[in-house]
Amino acid sequence: MAWFKKSKAPIATVETKKVQMPEGLWTKCKNCDEIIYTKEIERNLNVCPKCDYHFRISARHRIDLIIDEGTFQEIDAGITSVDFLKFKDSKKYDDRIKTALKKSGDGDAIICGAGKIEGLPVVVAVFDFGFMGGSMGSVVGEKVTRAIELGLERKSPVLVFSSSGGARMQESILSLMQMAKSSAALARLKKAGIPFISVLTDPTTGGVTASFAMLGDLNIAEPKALIGFAGPRVIEQTIRQKLPEGFQRSEYLLEHGMVDMIVPRNEMKAQLSKVLSVFTKQPAT
Amino acid sequence: MQYFLDFEKPLVDLEQKIRELRDYSTDSVDFSSEIKKLEKKADKLRAEIFSNLSRWQRTQLARHQNRPYTLDYIKNIFTDWFEVHGDRNYRDDPALVCGFARLDGQPCAVIGHQKGRDTKEKVYRNFGMPNPEGYRKALRVMQMAEQFGLPVFTFVDTPGAFPGIGAEERGQAEAIARNLREMAALKVPIIVTITGEGGSGGALAIAVGNRVLMMQYSVYSVISPEGCAAILWSDGTRGPEAAEALKLTATDIDQLGCVIDEIIEEPVGGAHNDYELAASQVKQALQKHLAELQELSADELIEQRYQKFRAMTVIQEPQKN
Repeated sequence: MAWFKKSKAPIATVETKKVQMPEGLWTKCKNCDEIIYTKEIERNLNVCPKCDYHFRISARHRIDLIIDEGTFQEIDAGITSVDFLKFKDSKKYDDRIKTALKKSGDGDAIICGAGKIEGLPVVVAVFDFGFMGGSMGSVVGEKVTRAIELGLERKSPVLVFSSSGGARMQESILSLMQMAKSSAALARLKKAGIPFISVLTDPTTGGVTASFAMLGDLNIAEPKALIGFAGPRVIEQTIRQKLPEGFQRSEYLLEHGMVDMIVPRNEMKAQLSKVLSVFTKQPAT
Repeated sequence: MQYFLDFEKPLVDLEQKIRELRDYSTDSVDFSSEIKKLEKKADKLRAEIFSNLSRWQRTQLARHQNRPYTLDYIKNIFTDWFEVHGDRNYRDDPALVCGFARLDGQPCAVIGHQKGRDTKEKVYRNFGMPNPEGYRKALRVMQMAEQFGLPVFTFVDTPGAFPGIGAEERGQAEAIARNLREMAALKVPIIVTITGEGGSGGALAIAVGNRVLMMQYSVYSVISPEGCAAILWSDGTRGPEAAEALKLTATDIDQLGCVIDEIIEEPVGGAHNDYELAASQVKQALQKHLAELQELSADELIEQRYQKFRAMTVIQEPQKN
């Protein structure tokens, strides 16, 4: 019970006229809180022009940025997930798959294919964070593995662009096994002497980090991406301490020796082309 | 120290009563008929309780404080055991024990998570949660086994990888990932036994084998039920529900048909009731599988392991028109 009673009614707030703004015209940068004209961000490859924050982009967009126009041939499109455990939390996994499918138009959280980077043939697998947080279940694990196997068959370098919250809980033990399966395929690629480049984009965590994403001959990160195994919230709750500034960001991983280089989005293609050209012993241009 | 789970209590009480009656028995007072009756009752009760365990109860059994841990199995299965320490980079990790021993005279490498019994040892063993140096030590030992042509036995019992600042700093994701890749290419037999908790990446980092066996009351999952509940419902106390959804018991996983090779039966009431019997069951399984794997060449072993994990897939291929 309150000791003092409020004798007066609280002062009413003045109703302000809200300016009606079409949805999506302006975007608030998650990093610097600056409000920026959305078109301007898009023109800048979805990178904040003020602070260089790299917004997440879709897998299709990523492929357009990296792969030479007209060379991309998708493989294993249309493979979809199965709710074999009849997993149910607040929603059935089956329904979650259906919703995600409808929203994205793609089969699951990854798109794979063969294409060229400045003329060099590669096999590429690109995560789509928009599809159930880029989580890895059977489909993602299988498609990554098939991409690696295709690289092995064609003797093409393999690239994976990761963006994932980790293993897909709804597939329980089988999602864990995808880590082993894909890493086993990489053992074969390594033995065959074919380059594997892992590009880590925001965010790459959990089972994806603890398998192929950390196994690149080169690990390349986009600036300021969250990269780690355990999520920051879980760590904070476990050790009951504040986490250090910049913890689990690309720059932190570079300092601790876990990634080879940080490459901004607008330089990524040129850098990949240079790296692959050296690794596959192409003549200098 | 006596420790029991809620659902074990009626049984523990009954056993206590039997023990007391035995203690009171002298030459002049004979309780043998009462004891027999009670023992029969206890057997019936035990069978009843253990035939109807929920997934959460099985998870609790897998975590039972008195459950045999890796060093207990080592003591009862192998001879000539000697432990080795350190990853040669940073430090030793007591949460993962590694060493060499003999199984029926056959030299081998042994690797396993180790939990502690009392508070002090629990802290020392970090509750069985390895740091990166643990996985790196395990890899060092596996590669030594390869060098000397020795089979590798691993024992999995961990809540998972340790979510700490240092573990992230020293690259636990890389350490786990590297083990997955290197184990896939190891030229010697690897036999994995999930003895208690098979928790996520921390478990998998020593669990890529030619054979994967599970103890009857062990569990194996991509995330702990509590962790799963915390993510799904923002409520870590709903572990029992999450355990049901995750289908993490040995029986559940066996039904998938592609992940494990055998369920090792435990003594009635769980492995903690009889360490020696539990160990001898494990030993028999290890001997059987090792004998099969010794027939294979190095290349065949790698191929068999690859195909085993390659097949762990449930997907819907696109309909062809």
